Order: sequence, then C-alpha cells, then structure tokens
Amino acid sequence: MKDFFARLRNLDERWGYSILAVVAVLFPIVVPSNRWIQVANFFFIYAMLGLSLNIILGYAGLFQLGHAAFYAVGAYTTAILSTYFNVPTFALLPISGILAAIFAILISRPILHLRGDYLCIVTIGFGEIVRIALRNDVSSLVFLANIPGLAFLKEKLGNMVITGGPNGIMGIARPRVFGFVFRQQWHYFYLFLAFVAFTIFAMRRLENSRLGRAWTCVREDELAAEAMGINTVQVKLLAFALGAAWAGVAGGLYASWVTVIAPETFSFWESCIMFCIVVLGGTGSIPGVLVGTIGMIVLPELLREVLVNIQQWRMLIFGAAMIFMMVVRPEGLWPSQRFRRELELAKEMAVPGA
Amino acid sequence: MALLEIRNLHAYYGHVHALKGISLTVEEGEIVTLIGANGAGKTTTLRSISGLLRPREGEIVFDGEAINNVPAHQIVYRGICQAPEGRKIFSTLTVQENLNMGAYSLGNDKATIEANRRRVFALFPRLEERKNQIAGTLSGGEQQMLAIGRALMAQPRLLMLDEPSLGLAPMLVRAIFQTIREINAQGVTILLVEQNARAALRLASRGYVLETGHIVLSGPAQQLLGDEQVRKAYLGES
Repeated sequence: MKDFFARLRNLDERWGYSILAVVAVLFPIVVPSNRWIQVANFFFIYAMLGLSLNIILGYAGLFQLGHAAFYAVGAYTTAILSTYFNVPTFALLPISGILAAIFAILISRPILHLRGDYLCIVTIGFGEIVRIALRNDVSSLVFLANIPGLAFLKEKLGNMVITGGPNGIMGIARPRVFGFVFRQQWHYFYLFLAFVAFTIFAMRRLENSRLGRAWTCVREDELAAEAMGINTVQVKLLAFALGAAWAGVAGGLYASWVTVIAPETFSFWESCIMFCIVVLGGTGSIPGVLVGTIGMIVLPELLREVLVNIQQWRMLIFGAAMIFMMVVRPEGLWPSQRFRRELELAKEMAVPGA
Repeated sequence: MALLEIRNLHAYYGHVHALKGISLTVEEGEIVTLIGANGAGKTTTLRSISGLLRPREGEIVFDGEAINNVPAHQIVYRGICQAPEGRKIFSTLTVQENLNMGAYSLGNDKATIEANRRRVFALFPRLEERKNQIAGTLSGGEQQMLAIGRALMAQPRLLMLDEPSLGLAPMLVRAIFQTIREINAQGVTILLVEQNARAALRLASRGYVLETGHIVLSGPAQQLLGDEQVRKAYLGES
C-alpha cells in the first residue's frame, strides 16, 4: 500500500492529470448510470469547494469552519438573480463569485488578527449566522421599523420575500448556451468537469506564484513574513477572498444544477465535510483534496451500495474509517511535501531533549 | 546626517513601560552595538525600528525620513532588514526557498536576486552546499547564517541583527562575527544587539549600554571595553 502511494506520487504530475482527464471524459460513456453520474457531479462540486477551502486552510493556514457561508452566498446570488430578474446563469457565475468574495472580505477583515482555534470558532459563528439569516428572510429585519422615522419599513419588509425562508428558492434557471439547455446529468457532468479542470489548473499556478509563496511564509511565521516585506493582512484577506470567490462559483453551479436550494443545504455539517475533505486528503495538496473528496463524497455512496441490507451502519463505518485515518495517517492520504515536513519537524521538536 | 536617528523613544507592552526615552544614532557604514541584560529593552528597540511595535512617543528617523508610523511590511522597502531573535527561518522551506523569500521585496527582478544570492553564498559557502536542504534540519549555526543571509537578500542599507550568537558554540560565534565584519566592509551599516558584550564590543565601532529601558552609557567600543562599570556588569570581571 505504502509502495503504491509512493509510486503514484513519483508519477509525473502532468501525466497523472492527463490520465485522470481521459478517465473522466470517458466516465459517462463507460458507466451510463444516471445515479453514478449524479454522484460524480457531487464529487465535482465538492472538489471545487475543497480546492477553494484549500486556499484558506492549506495555503494560508487559516482555520476556517464556515466555508458553507460563502457557498451559500454564491448559490443564493444565482438563485435570486435568476428567479427574480432572469439573468442568464453563465452571467451569474462571476457575479456570484465576486459577491461571495466581497462578503468574505467584509466578515474576515475584523477577525483576521485571530489565530488558530479562535479564528475557527468565529468562522463557525459566521456560517451559522448566514444560514439562519437565510431562513429568516428579510422579515427578520422588521425590528428596524421600531426606529423612529423608519415605521414604513414594517409593511414593506413584512410582505417581502427574497430568500424564501425555510422553503428556499425553487425554479432556478438551468444554464444555457446558444439555445442548448443543460438538462441531463451528463450535460452537467461535462460542465462541472470543465470547471474542476480549470480550478486545478488555476490552483497549480497559484501555488507557485508570488502570492502562493507569501501564503506559505505567513503560515509558517507571520512575524518573519512581515519582516520580509509581506503585507500579512492583505495576503490573508486575499486568501479569504479567492477561496470565497471559488466557493461562490461552486454555489452558483450547484444552484443551477439542482434548481432548488434551501438554507439547510448550507448547514454547519457542509462546512465540516469541506474541512474534512481538505484535512483527510492532505492539507495544501491538490491531489490530496481530490482524494479527500472521493473519501468524503463517493465512499459513503459506495457504502450505500454495498451495505444495502444494513443501511444504518453506513455512517458508523464511515466514522470509524475517519478515526482510523487520523490515527494512522494524520498528514492525510496524499499530503503535500511541505505539510508532511511541517508535521515531521513538529514531531521532532516534541521529543524531549532532542 | 546620521543614517538612523532615534530621539526620545518610549515603547510599551500593554502597561509595561519597556523603553523609557531612548536616543541613539547610527552613522552610515558603522557597526553599532546595543548591549545589556535580559529585559533591558534591546529587542524592543529593534522591534520599534522595524515597525513590529508602535512606539508611543518619540521619533525614529531613517535616511532623513520619520519611519515610526510606517507599517512593518514596508520598512524593508526603505532599506532596513533584520535577522530576528530566534532566527525565525521558514523551517519547512529549503535554504534556497528561504533566501528567495528574503528577496520578496525585490519583486521579479531576477538578475538582482541572482546577484544577491551569489553574494550571500560567497559570504556563507555552507549555505550553498546545503541549498536544497530543508531549513529546519540545519544546525543552529547554519540556521543563523541563513537568517542573516535571508536578511541580506533584500539588499538592506541597515542590517539589524538580534542576538546572532545565541545558543552557538564559541568557535561558531567567532566565525559569524567575522562574517558580520565582512558584510560591513561591503558597505552595509549594522546595528547589532547582543548579550555577548565582549564579542560585540570587539566588533563594533560604537556601543550603547541599555539598562531597564534607559541608555546608561555610550561611547566608542574600545572605551566601553575599558570601562569599569561595563567590565563588572557585562564582561564578568571583578
């Protein structure tokens, strides 16, 4: 097993991705089952989410457990603009991304000085606030009518529906290009595949960019990074903005795929899944995130198939597998070289007297 | 005009008054050392200069411009760079990657970066031998070389060194101090903070003695080496 992973890693990366691309393109033809293509579509959405969270968590080292909030902002932007204003979906994707990025900058700027677990706790809070705000719709803003002079808001807000409350939004337009409407699962399969491929390409460029190196330094030692002339605040904000933008685009794609979204789609559990995808697969590693997505999204579906008669055991086995993983391979299934070194050095430091 | 001039600097950590009105000057091309016991305010002075700590009062003038309100990440663009206490190298990056990060402020000027790298490797041949090694696995002395080399990559006019002798064997200290002299000979002004007062005073042209946030003594290094008070308090003589 160990040998297998080592050999896989030594494979030239470009070859690896090319082979993956060929396999992916052929997948709907070889496996013409709607259900499995649907699972693959979920895989793509979560791969994008995982890769976007990987910017914040893996590259910049900022603990973030509220990624579903950015996903939700993107999805709701697409949903609202498409149902109320009939904006075409492909025009909405960049808007969703940009709005999610703006939202991320607004909420992360005041909490950027927090470190580690503290940042984590605050982001959990933001994630929940977004979900609850979506469920309460604008009617929760009626309290503003109590402010003298704003009484007229009472009637206006009381009758207004924007997010659709707990029911969410239905009838989101499907994407269309030149009269071709995406309907079938396999239509979406290729659409999502293109997006994931572009994401992987972009992430690889980002990793080796000046910004990518700046993130590495901030993660390692903020003070030293600042002494090198890196504007740590700006660099960390950029991590949040880029990560959120990508999650926003994934949200928009998701909304236009399922055509129905509700606040519960973006619960804390979703953030946890994304967090696990990154940590389980290998923090800061692109192939790691892809492997992690298989583990978190595809594996439970496979288990559903195998354990047909003992459905209720599915999540138990899944949980046990996760605990086992964290004990045996804390660095993740396919770790980045750098993160493995980090763990190894930390272990050496921990040895007393060494 | 002095390259660096500090006037009546006051700095606080919360309520603790760490620097109580410090004034000092560093002329272009000098090696100036700041000596004193633990907690005297040596590192605090460096942190104030590099913008990591905002002084509450006083003025820091570098090359004719007040820099006490310049954010830390911009200080390096002004020509000041430091090898911080405890080295603070990026331990999971290789030696070469660490050096590249030191040149972050130079942007994409590949030719200059390459020239600086060659200069650093000439000063520290050890670093060239180990350029692909993970920095965290270097020995203490090599890590100190890397910290200094990384700071030099930004081509500073003023190089600030915080306790470069910390935790090193005497022979290595001598080697490092010899290199500091070479760096100075290449035209880099140096502000050296040290607990190892004897070695620092032998290297420097002038020195300041810090005690609980005050400068209690200053003058040419030779004179300080001969000063009775200094000999008793910092050189371990009776």
